[in-house]
Amino acid sequence: MSELLILCLEFLKTGLFAVGGGLATLPFLTQMQEKYQWFTAMDLANMIAVSESTPGPIGVNMATYVGYTTYGVGGALTATLSLVFPSLVIIMAIAKVMDKYQKNPLIQNMFSFMRPAVTGLIAAAGFSVLKIALFKEAATFLASFNWIAIALFAVLLVCTQLKKLKKLHPIVFIAVGAVIGILLKM
Amino acid sequence: MQLLWNLYRAFFTIGALTFGGGYAMLPMLEREIVNKHKWSTNEELLNYFAIGQCTPGIIAVNTATFVGYKQKGIAGGIAATLGVISPSIVIIVLIAMLLENFMDILWVQHAFAGIRVAVCALIVSSVIKLAKSNLKKWWHIALAVCGFIVVALFGLSPVYVVVACAVLSFIFGKKVNAA
Repeated sequence: MSELLILCLEFLKTGLFAVGGGLATLPFLTQMQEKYQWFTAMDLANMIAVSESTPGPIGVNMATYVGYTTYGVGGALTATLSLVFPSLVIIMAIAKVMDKYQKNPLIQNMFSFMRPAVTGLIAAAGFSVLKIALFKEAATFLASFNWIAIALFAVLLVCTQLKKLKKLHPIVFIAVGAVIGILLKM
Repeated sequence: MQLLWNLYRAFFTIGALTFGGGYAMLPMLEREIVNKHKWSTNEELLNYFAIGQCTPGIIAVNTATFVGYKQKGIAGGIAATLGVISPSIVIIVLIAMLLENFMDILWVQHAFAGIRVAVCALIVSSVIKLAKSNLKKWWHIALAVCGFIVVALFGLSPVYVVVACAVLSFIFGKKVNAA
């Protein structure tokens, strides 16, 4: 099967099963990375960074970037259009009964199960990014810790939890990361 | 035709001027949809947004599809959806092309090493936020832990987790949510 067709199928799947917004597509992207090796885990982490700091919904940005990295401009278009196609069909199909759909106990129950699970899925995707950003290839477990990165991570994470800094736009954290990365030659 | 073009343009603006998606787009949506074009009231918009969260896919895109469909049927839904994704496609492709050429420069690599760490902090902080609002009962936590283990440790596709949740909700949903 050609890459473009796989890309199309994978993103149709992502669009259909990613429940709860842009970040929910992340577990699907890490899965794609492991399965097809079109790009490295490090590339994916970079793509997330760029997608968070450019305009547009982050889920759409990530799909475009993954598509472009895999198959150029054609891949970018294929991935993005495939991503939005399932929800386009679903929303137009249920638009007339939307209020009933939203209040339907079966649907509400379903989402009460999916939301917690998706939290776990996003955590799992975060875990795979963490492995790339905070650890390095090394002979022993202890030597694999990238201490500078771990220290920076701890400081930034605390900052995201502070009342005063919480509201800052993600791009601020990303810019700080870039500057410190350059200064410390990370 | 004019309406379709307006839908495309309005959502193009929304896509081009919002960073991050999610609730960050609500002010932009309000300005374009409620104040400027009067396609919906503020209340309706919030309702669309809520429904966008209960359907698969990107919330911003779902809201666009919904507003477009309400205005001009299937063609309207497609115009609005294409509008909201167009800026992303253009901007990301341009940046990706640029970065391809710059990635060999040493200080760009250092910058991205730092940026990846920042992304970790942002993702973990999102997970904390999600956990606070989504994990309120013991079985919520159990579902989250299972989802994490199945995907992070066993490498299973997230699809199975989502489908399993749907099935479980049909069996146990009534019981646990009533309790």
